[in-house]
Amino acid sequence: MKFDTPATKNPIDRLAVVGHPVDRIDGPLKTTGTARYAYEHHDAVARPAYGYVLGAGIAKGSIHSMDLAAAKAAPGVLAIVTADNAGPLGKGDKNTATLLGGPTIEHYHQAIALVVAETFEQARWAARRIRVDYGPVDGTFDLARAKESASKPASGKPDTAVGDFGNAFAAAPVQLDATYTTPDQSHAMMEPHASTALWDGDTLVIWTSNQMVAWGVADVAKTLGIPKEKVHLMSPFIGGGFGGKLFVRADAVLAALGARAAKRPVKVALPRPLMFNNTTHRPATIQRIRIGATREGRITAIAHESWSGDLPGGKPETAVDQTRLLYAGANRMTAMRLAVLDLAEANAMRAPGEAPGMMALEIAIDEMAEKLGIDPVQFRIANDTQVDPEHPERPFSKRRLVDCLAIGAEKFGWKARNPHPAGTRDGRWLVGFGVAAAFRNNLVTRSGARVRLGKDGVVTVETDMTDIGTGSYTIIAQTAAEMMGVPLHRVVVRLGDSDYPVSSGSGGQWGGNSSTAGVYAACTKLREAVATKLGLPPDADFADGRVRAGSRDVAVADAARNGELVAEDHMEYGDLDKRYQQSTFGAHFVEVRVDAATGETRVKRMLAVCAAGRILNPKTARSQVIGAMTMGVGAALSEHLVVDRYAGFFVNHDLAGYEVPVHADIPHLDVVFLDETDPMSSPMKAKGVAELGICGVAAAIANAIHHATGVRVRDYPVTLDKLIDRLPLLAREEES
Amino acid sequence: MNESDAMNPARREALALGRDMLVGGAAACWAGSPSARAASPRRDAPVMRKLTLRVNGAAQALELDTRTTLLDALREHLHLTGTKKGCDHGQCGACTVIAGGRRINACLSLAVMHDGDEVTTIEGLGKPGHLHPMQAAFVRHDAYQCGYCTPGQICSSVAMLEELRHGIPSHAAADVAAAPAWTPDELRERMSGNICRCGAYSNIIEAITEVAGAQP
Repeated sequence: MKFDTPATKNPIDRLAVVGHPVDRIDGPLKTTGTARYAYEHHDAVARPAYGYVLGAGIAKGSIHSMDLAAAKAAPGVLAIVTADNAGPLGKGDKNTATLLGGPTIEHYHQAIALVVAETFEQARWAARRIRVDYGPVDGTFDLARAKESASKPASGKPDTAVGDFGNAFAAAPVQLDATYTTPDQSHAMMEPHASTALWDGDTLVIWTSNQMVAWGVADVAKTLGIPKEKVHLMSPFIGGGFGGKLFVRADAVLAALGARAAKRPVKVALPRPLMFNNTTHRPATIQRIRIGATREGRITAIAHESWSGDLPGGKPETAVDQTRLLYAGANRMTAMRLAVLDLAEANAMRAPGEAPGMMALEIAIDEMAEKLGIDPVQFRIANDTQVDPEHPERPFSKRRLVDCLAIGAEKFGWKARNPHPAGTRDGRWLVGFGVAAAFRNNLVTRSGARVRLGKDGVVTVETDMTDIGTGSYTIIAQTAAEMMGVPLHRVVVRLGDSDYPVSSGSGGQWGGNSSTAGVYAACTKLREAVATKLGLPPDADFADGRVRAGSRDVAVADAARNGELVAEDHMEYGDLDKRYQQSTFGAHFVEVRVDAATGETRVKRMLAVCAAGRILNPKTARSQVIGAMTMGVGAALSEHLVVDRYAGFFVNHDLAGYEVPVHADIPHLDVVFLDETDPMSSPMKAKGVAELGICGVAAAIANAIHHATGVRVRDYPVTLDKLIDRLPLLAREEES
Repeated sequence: MNESDAMNPARREALALGRDMLVGGAAACWAGSPSARAASPRRDAPVMRKLTLRVNGAAQALELDTRTTLLDALREHLHLTGTKKGCDHGQCGACTVIAGGRRINACLSLAVMHDGDEVTTIEGLGKPGHLHPMQAAFVRHDAYQCGYCTPGQICSSVAMLEELRHGIPSHAAADVAAAPAWTPDELRERMSGNICRCGAYSNIIEAITEVAGAQP
């Protein structure tokens, strides 16, 4: 099915099941520990051997020699895989560095060996017996020092310009020119990257924790040099991804190689302290933002430049993208430059581009509003645009940013905000309110599904779509129930298996809308098959387990009485996403309390108002947003991969050193979804929401801290050491 | 370790074995050539130990490498994979189980230290179709997303409510001598050893609050 004209009334609009806050259908499995993740398929894999990964101890250089003798002699060892003995390996299209290093080492903790043993303890012990003689060479690890050598990236749009930014900025009566930094960040999902692999003849059967099944199949096949048809990849449950499991990683490739070498099924999980330097991360950025405005607060010139780093052949963090679309202004430019850094591979993490970009832009907007003496909510509203500012003939499909801001301000009690920073104190606490816009583009992508109507009337959906905590199982079940007119409990959903039709996968907040649109397409075909079988017209009505047309009223299940009916289709897209700019919008409101003496920041309350098309399940969608808000709190206050600029690695590579928010950091979170449908996105009229939720959060918190303390911090995270020597009330007490 | 543990010779011996293993491990990391170590293979031969765990009410006889954590004993030997390995370093709480009535990180405890102990895992709290009230509350409040920290959150919260009931104080209490208040801040403080990267905290506290309210 092709979606190339705006959606009109369709079976989803009935909203008998879709749009309801139903509990997750996989909830009983997840809460009882019976959902099986990649390392846990004991039922299917008897007596697996255990693989333990050894990571490189240098950041750049080569391996002169590896002495495996002691490790091979260690009890229980079955095989040791290294680049020396693994045979020729390719590199996945989605990987920047190779997944098994040696002799060349591209980054610290790049995998260089897998020890396979009878038990985990034996594999771990033996891995420590491997002696490696390295030949280290100097690398580049410091973005600030590499900035001057950064070059124009080969891909994407590194430079954009409309009007005459230089002259307009120079002529603007009010100007802001500020530089912001965001640090390297880690996905730190709770389930480590893990795989269980076995060889069935020349076919690789692999359970792995991966967001994108078809990408995974392609890159496993390419890396191992086998046909895609010889890879059966399954990822039914995934313990978090956030972009960190978009791509095949060392666990999958090494489990496959280990299983081949040991002639046994092998399972491999990356040890937590290896993950931070072995896998991908969100790269640090340096961002310069210039805004010129009239004294009345109209933006006339806006520029956003960003520098980031990656390994050779890598890509930039596209932190300037939202600035091309978010605010009006006749004269504008953006630029991205990419430095070569020899840290682990930089790549996508929840809302790549917009998340760090909004961290900077939305502080800049706050700073400009302050310069102008205009309320920051009003300043944003005054500079709204309903068209793509670079292409005014191209409207947004739906854009309710102004509603998000206005409704949020009302619900949050924004008018109680003291207009003066550092003006509100509650005992030991300095109190501040902060706001930021939320913005993330909506991406649509081809997605397929197969739908079966069984003799028992049960509808079964099969697609290689993944559920990384997003609620895919449930919204897909809701979609099929709505389309086939059956109750939710009569739908079975099977996901994450390369035997099923290729879906959008989970990433870029495209999965919810795209995968359900694919199910819509397959169900449309199944409805036709049912109607034909029952001798009913194609426009028959499916509801309450019945198919009705004219005076005929038949049970849906009757169509399958003599045998299962199966339909398969996919949704593909025309050019509606080119003719209309499809984006999602929101507003974040935050109250923080900063300890007047220590500078410790506590988040008191948070509200997000989101306009993101039809909300397919308000319960799971809300969870996506509160989860993103929580990750935004981490970005604002604590998350920072600290680079050892001499040895070239992230120092705080575990969950004790890399501080993600815990229960005590997060208050009750409020989320409001505006009632909206977007007929340009798909027949579901839905858009993404999981990444919108993080965009702008950190800036709203930083702005609230500024409002509480009067201290403007432009370098994330906003830790107390950046505040403590400038806290106003403490200074006043010292004077007295 | 309490008095009775100290008097239990089997347990004392097991702990001594554990220490020996750690010392040996550390020494081997820093000293000696690999060939010297390879020449004395018996030195790193696994030390096996028989033990019995009482898991979810059933006695489980095991013979384990003494390096095996309680977590890996449950997951890899008893195939109770509801208890999750998130970090293996006591930093995330995904492996929380209830041993002897207390919540512990199963990754920080060797299995041989639990010979004869009662251990309750997520599988022992409830099953699909027969959910524990806390499991049901987690479903109702969508107090999870990916589900990987969830068993640990649930085991932790069930044991945590017992701690509150017994008046065990926390950092969040203004007066540690007074009976702790059943406030969201108390619950948040006491649950902070269980990380949820998906960020379901707001919903988890609401689920726990509902169960706590139903069982004063």
